[in-house]
Amino acid sequence: MGVPRYWRKQKNRYNLIGTMCKTCGSYYFPPRELCPKCRRDGEIVEYQFKGTGKIVTYTIIRTAAKEYDYLTPYVVAIIELDEGTRMTAQVICDIDKPYIGMPVKSVFRKITEEGKTGMLVYGTKFVPA
Amino acid sequence: MVGIITYGAYLPRYRIKTEEIARVWGANGADISRGLGVFEKSVPDLDEDTITISVEAARAALARRDLDPAEIGAIYVGSESHPYAVKPTSVTVGEAIGATPVMTAADLEFACKAGTAGVQAGMGLVKSGMVKYALAIGSDTAQGAPGDALEYTASAGGGAILVGEEDPIAEINHTLSFSSDTPDFWRREGQEYPSHGGRFSGEPGYFKHVVGASKMMLEAMGTRPSDYDYAIFHQPNAKFPRNASKSLGFSAEQINPGLMVPYLGNTYSGAVPVGLSAVLDVAKPGERIFVTSYGSGAGSDSFDITVTDVIDSDIFDRSAAPTVADLLADKKYLDYALYAKHKGKIVMPE
Amino acid sequence: MREVAVVGVGLTEFGEKWNTSFRNLFVEAGAHALEDAGMGGDEIDEIFVGNMSAGRFVLQEHVGALIADYAGLASNHIPVTRVEAACASGGLAFRQAYTAVASGLSDIVVAAGVEKMNDVDGSETTDALAGAADREWEGLAGATFPGLYSLIAVDYIHKYGLTREQLGMVSVKNHRNGAKNPIAQFQKEITLDTVLNSTLVADPLRLMDCSPVTDGAAAVILCPLDRAKEFTDTPVKILGVGQATDTISLHDRRDISTLDATTAAANVAFRQAKVERKDIGMVEVHDCFTIAELCAIEDLGFAKKGTAGKLTEEGWTALDGGLPINPSGGLKACGHPVGATGIKQVCEITTQLRGEAGARQVDADIGMTHNVGGTGATVVCNILGRA
Repeated sequence: MGVPRYWRKQKNRYNLIGTMCKTCGSYYFPPRELCPKCRRDGEIVEYQFKGTGKIVTYTIIRTAAKEYDYLTPYVVAIIELDEGTRMTAQVICDIDKPYIGMPVKSVFRKITEEGKTGMLVYGTKFVPA
Repeated sequence: MVGIITYGAYLPRYRIKTEEIARVWGANGADISRGLGVFEKSVPDLDEDTITISVEAARAALARRDLDPAEIGAIYVGSESHPYAVKPTSVTVGEAIGATPVMTAADLEFACKAGTAGVQAGMGLVKSGMVKYALAIGSDTAQGAPGDALEYTASAGGGAILVGEEDPIAEINHTLSFSSDTPDFWRREGQEYPSHGGRFSGEPGYFKHVVGASKMMLEAMGTRPSDYDYAIFHQPNAKFPRNASKSLGFSAEQINPGLMVPYLGNTYSGAVPVGLSAVLDVAKPGERIFVTSYGSGAGSDSFDITVTDVIDSDIFDRSAAPTVADLLADKKYLDYALYAKHKGKIVMPE
Repeated sequence: MREVAVVGVGLTEFGEKWNTSFRNLFVEAGAHALEDAGMGGDEIDEIFVGNMSAGRFVLQEHVGALIADYAGLASNHIPVTRVEAACASGGLAFRQAYTAVASGLSDIVVAAGVEKMNDVDGSETTDALAGAADREWEGLAGATFPGLYSLIAVDYIHKYGLTREQLGMVSVKNHRNGAKNPIAQFQKEITLDTVLNSTLVADPLRLMDCSPVTDGAAAVILCPLDRAKEFTDTPVKILGVGQATDTISLHDRRDISTLDATTAAANVAFRQAKVERKDIGMVEVHDCFTIAELCAIEDLGFAKKGTAGKLTEEGWTALDGGLPINPSGGLKACGHPVGATGIKQVCEITTQLRGEAGARQVDADIGMTHNVGGTGATVVCNILGRA
């Protein structure tokens, strides 16, 4: 993706820092600078999510993009965080373990690397809680 | 008095048995296990490395105590497997625990004692009043050359020690070191695997420094081994720390609570920090801990530590993070092929 | 607003066209469309072309100018616009062309779609297609495009139940139709066993649940309805056009296995056309994956949520069923040259309404097309009837 782009959102990836609209009380992860409900009237502040949630839907990736191929088969899920927001993330567990409703918690892992000489990208994945 | 404010450890879930490694090289696994006193070792997941392990250990430490990470004024990560040769692990840890940007940081290398060297550096910054808290982490995803003796023990894991003066859970009564230029084990820049001096790593390496530093500490404190409840020594295998501790006068009961290597392997820079974490998981107020690390090259750092009441108080919650016993128990075995894949030992196409 | 007709259609064969370049795919489809309309080319006032990713596939941007040039139209200096909404790029081109004619701004407008996907290797293609979703927060998390549709499938199965066989029958039916379509990438029928035993791509979706990587181009020519007879004896009238957007990421949707943009776009088209669901005799839907066809049938309003699997099993969506879905063979059998699909769907319905569909002819007076971008972030629906 490019060094500046990875760097710009690293704090959000590492620490599950999203945003919250103080005007309507909605939580956003990935972070949104503009609240879709309040738009310009929304007062957006940073918010750090607790990191706990549950699986809403999941799949097992067997064929992946080149950089992720070494991880296959792996579980990708839409996770509903306790605050109500949903996000997409890898769940690290045996592939016969995930189920809809499974409680998960966040962990810090390497997301990808730009080849042998490029940048290492870190972020948040989930494990069964 | 400077002491330990909180601590934490992280071990990856995967394991490989000594017997499985021996099977591949046509060696007798049972003999090797017995000889080394190591039955299995930890293996990092495909997306784990020294940076991720350091972050998890640091977060475990912070989970146990309510403090403002912005007040961490220094972070030192000691390892011999930093993912970048140039770009420090310590700043990624800082970012991942909310300690940046007001802090100093650097990565350290001194083979297996880089973590404890970081504790000493942190102690100096705290004692001098330059920082309120200093975080020292020792962590590694150690690499043993295929077919080499070290392949049976080189494992992955890390421990984090936060040093400060305000209400420590354990006071560090004293620290000292014994260092020399000794080529017992090294890795040249650009090389994948380390080299070692074989049996030379024993007497002129490990034993000279561990025993040297330990004797100096006992003398400096005017103590005898029996004055301590626990003794933690660097553990490249189970044999060396058992022999060293015995020759100094420590008993098996004293070293066993901090002896993780039989089912963990040698986590290199993580070895003593993880051993210390394991002891702090069970230590009671008033108990005294003797620590001597060892890093090839070579040197040993010794510490004399007394546990305080704070460890059982309501400002510290040991149960808020997994204990080393919990981490050891959560495991999944790999065969050698998957182990090689996890450790990047398979030559992949570009 | 004027009424608009489709007076010419043209398609290349869809498939791995090693001998045909990006620009020549368009030229071929364009030439077929012009021939179909009896036009030389100078009649064209404007062109809209849908293309998702020439930049990644052939390292080429500015494709509007490129294709107009190679179609021999550069010296006419007409406006040519490339539009993009991932797999709905063709749909967008159609609606833009329709708007240009309906508004009176232009008279004869070409809506085309083209994608050349096989000049790069498979992993580059996969990565380019991942741009249809949210690169930063879905792609980086390791979700592949089939993976995202699997997330939809798992949610659908959890809510409504669906057997693996019912899902596979979508593919079997589309291949049966594709076998009757001379331009389809796959012209062989397949058995349910083949589908069920094909390699897992992202559980539960298997290789035969997924549309392939394809080169192809399609073009249609639009003109005001009152001029249609100048160009064809069988003009097709555009009755309704609807386009809608939804969140880019699947995780932000109101309901993971319902494409609200499909319902919204369909409602706009139906409102304009002043017809009802029961009046539709055939639909070309966006079956990028088998589950997508089932959701489409339901979200377009033709069946209750969760029932399309059973309806497929019962043959309701077959060529001779109650509501033929994807008479062309869909994306699965025709192939899915991303930017071209939306236009190809219009070509199919037009051909059907003219009575020129040969072995796959459906007896219907009104047809519909449904084109989706990404996992449902953009949808274009069109309703067409005989003029």
